[in-house]
Amino acid sequence: MDILALQNSLNTYLVLGALLFGFGAYGMMRNRTFIGMLISAELVLGGASINFMAFSRFLAPDPTVGQIFTLFIMGLAAAEAAIALSIIIAVYRNFKSIDTDDVAELEG
Amino acid sequence: MTPILSPQGLAGLIFLGCVAATIAGALLATNATRLIRAVTGLALCMVGVAGIYYFLGSPFVALMQILIYAGAVCVTIIFAIMLAEPHEMKRVGKVHALAGPASILAATVLVWGLAALGTKTVWQPVACRAKNGTLEEVGQSMLTTYSMSFELISVVLLIAIIGSLALARAGRSK
Repeated sequence: MDILALQNSLNTYLVLGALLFGFGAYGMMRNRTFIGMLISAELVLGGASINFMAFSRFLAPDPTVGQIFTLFIMGLAAAEAAIALSIIIAVYRNFKSIDTDDVAELEG
Repeated sequence: MTPILSPQGLAGLIFLGCVAATIAGALLATNATRLIRAVTGLALCMVGVAGIYYFLGSPFVALMQILIYAGAVCVTIIFAIMLAEPHEMKRVGKVHALAGPASILAATVLVWGLAALGTKTVWQPVACRAKNGTLEEVGQSMLTTYSMSFELISVVLLIAIIGSLALARAGRSK
């Protein structure tokens, strides 16, 4: 295997996208704060974007589709981050904490 | 084997550097004990991903990645951390003893399954390409074929701005 020609194969990008997705899922399960979970969600979105870009570069008949989809994912991620952070600040005002365990008023 | 001192070899080295930055950033973002370090890891990871977009033949998306993720999103998260985390975060150690190994196991199974699915499938290469994916073509199809989605995403962003303002404003007197 030629390690210096890895950037020319689709599989490299697919494995990298899967790795980023896995890191995001791991962080989502492990993190105890809302902001940590938001960071993990961004990692998941990054993995998905890498997949879209790789498929549009190697396989798609129209290579602009993946790029446009990635730009839309970025826009949605920015909107999601803004909304999530303002919710986190509102939660912090009410509970004085951003720990997921402390915000459990509805728990039976 | 590509010789290391040829243009292809150097490009391969830079690509490996981008991959290393991405993985190191993701590790730091998920394993850091303090949130501010996790955000630094996220920024590093997103810069690495931007380099990978460059190798995928799209410098424009790479630039947007750096501007939006490493610039705007990370700075917004840092602002939220400064507003909502005045004291040292509680240590992560108080979680259930099985939570760490179980999440590593679940994530490993996910990565293994997705990577095997991607590498085992026989992908059909495309017969003929109508376009090359240049920036000019991206701009043209964004304003013709995908103009509806383009307008919708601006509406979504507008609603997100108004909604986050309204959410963050509620209960300001407390």
